[in-house]
Amino acid sequence: MDRIPILRMGNCLLITIQVDMHDRLALALQDDLTAKIYATGAKGVLIDISALEIVDSFMGRMIANISAMAMILDARTIVVGMRPAVAITLVELGLELPGVQTALDVERGMHMLRSTLVRTR
Amino acid sequence: MPVGQVARPYTLFFQENIQGPEMTSDAGSNIISARQDELLAAWLRTLQSSGVSTDRRTSVAQIEQEAREFVKLLAECTSGGYTADIAAPNWMPLRNFLEEFSRRRAAQGFTADVTASYIFSFKKALFEVQNAVDGGGKSLIDLMWKWTEIVDALGLYTISTYQKSREDVIRRQQDDLLELSTPVIKLWEGVLALPMIGTLDSSRTQVVMETLLQRIVDTGSSIAILDITGVPTVDTLVAQHLMKTVTAIRLMGADCIISGIRPQIAQTIVHLGIDLTGITTKANLADALAVAMQRITALSAT
Repeated sequence: MDRIPILRMGNCLLITIQVDMHDRLALALQDDLTAKIYATGAKGVLIDISALEIVDSFMGRMIANISAMAMILDARTIVVGMRPAVAITLVELGLELPGVQTALDVERGMHMLRSTLVRTR
Repeated sequence: MPVGQVARPYTLFFQENIQGPEMTSDAGSNIISARQDELLAAWLRTLQSSGVSTDRRTSVAQIEQEAREFVKLLAECTSGGYTADIAAPNWMPLRNFLEEFSRRRAAQGFTADVTASYIFSFKKALFEVQNAVDGGGKSLIDLMWKWTEIVDALGLYTISTYQKSREDVIRRQQDDLLELSTPVIKLWEGVLALPMIGTLDSSRTQVVMETLLQRIVDTGSSIAILDITGVPTVDTLVAQHLMKTVTAIRLMGADCIISGIRPQIAQTIVHLGIDLTGITTKANLADALAVAMQRITALSAT
């Protein structure tokens, strides 16, 4: 089965979703990410969804869940690069993803992550 | 006067077109081709007496030219015989002329009744000439009825085209309005502003949201200012639309500030129990810009 790669950059983890997510893939990502945070003690997670074009309510909930789980494991999560169409769809579905931090692109997301990690150190 | 004598001028006049029982059917058409000049003169007289030519929106020359063209085309279209079915292919040139004519009239701002009565006034000229040829008679009623049918159909066609042209104008203006009312302005590097003007309904909010979000992606702006100074009223629906836009902007990873909240609007929002906590709101655009600048410098400093 396909898996989404999780890259380690110092004390941060980088996930780039470049395929259309289906439900099993999202569940596998959830498992992999929590295990990886636990194993590496990462303090930040960056999820890049700029290639994601189609979302449904399940996918919206998965994004919120993954973010919340990482938070519990003391890793700050930032979702970056959401497309306008995806944002509008999520809002129309009533999924406002409270508690999920967002940034326009990977660069800004990394910047945000680094600056907060420096502050909390 | 015996019936035979009444019919005689017809028979003489349309001798070449007599083909069996459809004599009267063909009869009518030829008065037009044979007496175009007479018809035109009679029609122009009618138009003049009705005061159309004194209208400043068209010149006498133009009216005359339009009338000549109409008579010429009508002669061509009716040369194949009598038929009131103006949807038939042989009426095509005249239909095209009328469409063009209606469009011109609609653009010039004429009302529907003036436009239609221009065509209807041709009836009088037609009857005058027919009367002069024939000298009156019983069979005239048949012919008159047929002519009335044709001219009425033409007049009605003119009205419907006229109406359609007007509706096209309205639709185009609506589209223009929708696009004009959603300009996204770049205020500063990384700061976009969207001054909203007019009532916010679902379709407009959708357009606003899409253009703004797309511009955020294109310019990489991290702050968007929604200015609602030009929104006359805020009810629960409008507030909901605003909240949706703000949430979508936040999901994209940018910040949103709502500015231009007038005192009455602030009161209404509180009275309606709309919760705007978590959204930065400012009284005017200047304050919003000041906050945006602060945030941008804070972002680049870290």
